[in-house]
Amino acid sequence: MRYVDKTVIGLTIAFLVLLAANFFLAEWMRFIGLQSLARGAVALGLLVLWRSGLISFGHALYFGFGAYTAVMLSLAGFSDAFILVFAATLMSGLLAFVIGFLLRRYRAIFFALLNMAFSMILYGVVVKTEALGSTDGFGVGTPTFLGYAPDGEAVQTTLFLFTLVFTYLITVGVHIYMQTTLGYMSMAVRENEIRVEYLGYSAEKVIHVKYVFSGLVAGFGGGIMALAIGHVDPDSMANWTVSGEFVFITILSGTGSVAATYIGALVFELIRTYAFEYAPQMWQFILGGSLLAIIMFLPDGIWSLIGRLRKAKA
Amino acid sequence: MSVILEVSDLQKTFGAVVAAKDINVSVSEHETIGIIGANGAGKTTFVNMVTGYLKPTSGRIQFLGQDIIHLPPRDITCLGISRSFQVPQVFMSETVFENLLMAYAIVEDTGLAMLSPIMSEERASRVDAHLKRYQIEDYRDAVASTLPQGVRKLLDIAMAAVRSPRILMLDEPTSGISVEEKFPLMDIIMEALKQEDTTVLFIEHDMEIVERYVARVLAFYQGEIVCDAPTEEALVDEKVREFVIGEEYHRTRIERAGTETGNA
Repeated sequence: MRYVDKTVIGLTIAFLVLLAANFFLAEWMRFIGLQSLARGAVALGLLVLWRSGLISFGHALYFGFGAYTAVMLSLAGFSDAFILVFAATLMSGLLAFVIGFLLRRYRAIFFALLNMAFSMILYGVVVKTEALGSTDGFGVGTPTFLGYAPDGEAVQTTLFLFTLVFTYLITVGVHIYMQTTLGYMSMAVRENEIRVEYLGYSAEKVIHVKYVFSGLVAGFGGGIMALAIGHVDPDSMANWTVSGEFVFITILSGTGSVAATYIGALVFELIRTYAFEYAPQMWQFILGGSLLAIIMFLPDGIWSLIGRLRKAKA
Repeated sequence: MSVILEVSDLQKTFGAVVAAKDINVSVSEHETIGIIGANGAGKTTFVNMVTGYLKPTSGRIQFLGQDIIHLPPRDITCLGISRSFQVPQVFMSETVFENLLMAYAIVEDTGLAMLSPIMSEERASRVDAHLKRYQIEDYRDAVASTLPQGVRKLLDIAMAAVRSPRILMLDEPTSGISVEEKFPLMDIIMEALKQEDTTVLFIEHDMEIVERYVARVLAFYQGEIVCDAPTEEALVDEKVREFVIGEEYHRTRIERAGTETGNA
């Protein structure tokens, strides 16, 4: 019997359900969905790093760099979402490739904080540079899609469809990658770098590849977020608190599955939205409390609930 | 037998401490060499320098005619010198099978092949054959952290041997192993390596192991090689008796030899 990959099937079903739901969802739900997919993509990159035993407190660097790439191209007259998001992904990946030469030598807290240091450099540059919109940022024009220029609600519907297709492809791609030798090297590097070196492979190279990948998907998330919100500014795109949100989502999700990051991102968006709606004075308190509860009761994240359910069934 | 490893005038200092001094060794193919010496004599420093873990302060290390002194461990491993460790270096949270699967994948997949699936039927059968060779197939699905020390040592050595190295350096393969287990363990290791025609150098404190398994001994004392000779000669060498094995072991050896002659 041929081996059937349950994760790919699950992702495909989720993709088809969301594809159909796109035409019925209320605008605000679609907006939350878009943000969840964008943030989930960044968390997916963090998950890949996390599986290698690394955590970054500065991935707003690539998220913000992607968003600013998209907005600058938009200001330069490019409006096609394919160009804007592709450029955002590529530029962030390139930045990660360059910075990766330094960061691949560091581990643990040094790796985490060096990422934060780089992200704060970007933040500082953007805030102090008039040409980059300074603290006010820029608005992003309405995107077109291979010549198709939607208007009204169709803009969001098309953007959601666009995001869904690419997020699906990236996520399935990451899942397949995780089954490869290079994907499994995450475990090897996390568990024992010395053995990896003495088997004849560079642990630093493994980390660099994963870092570039996480930069690429964070750039993708940033590009999508820029188009979804229609506005880019340093505080919501490149500040260290944004990096904190990604770490929050990754902890919330757990590292059990590539699908987990999107569920985590959705839960995060819902908690934040409703906390802000019903308790505007203490939404951070509710967000922090939720994280505390997750760490205490679900230390392996929301995804571990599925494992528990399976065990209970068995 | 042709010389495959040539170490000349090797020296390593840590500040004022001289960890290795004027080390000159030639290793020929298919040799089995025991490295002996008291704690801090420079045995592991020597192995660490040959395998790229430590950079020597001066001297030369040539492997198959190539200078390897500036190469990182991974390149030295790829050239054909592998090693095991005193504390086994395995992937603790993975099973024995997964440990070896990872080792095979790293060795076999290079370049874009790194993006091919790690698991295939052919690779799985190679891993299973390797498990059998090292007689750890009963522990196939056991997580490495739960293994008995002897099995974990075997796993570490089995992983180091996956690349079929020309030289395998073992750092105290029987340390932490019970008296009853050490000979069976060494039998498994030496038999498996003999099948692969591997040249073996191993650090050992147990002279019974040295006597039984090696043909040549390198005895270290205070960073220097004080004796490089066939085992029989080395174990009666004056310096080895004084600085490494001690007179007591020497007397026991003579008594044992006498008893064996008497019995005969």
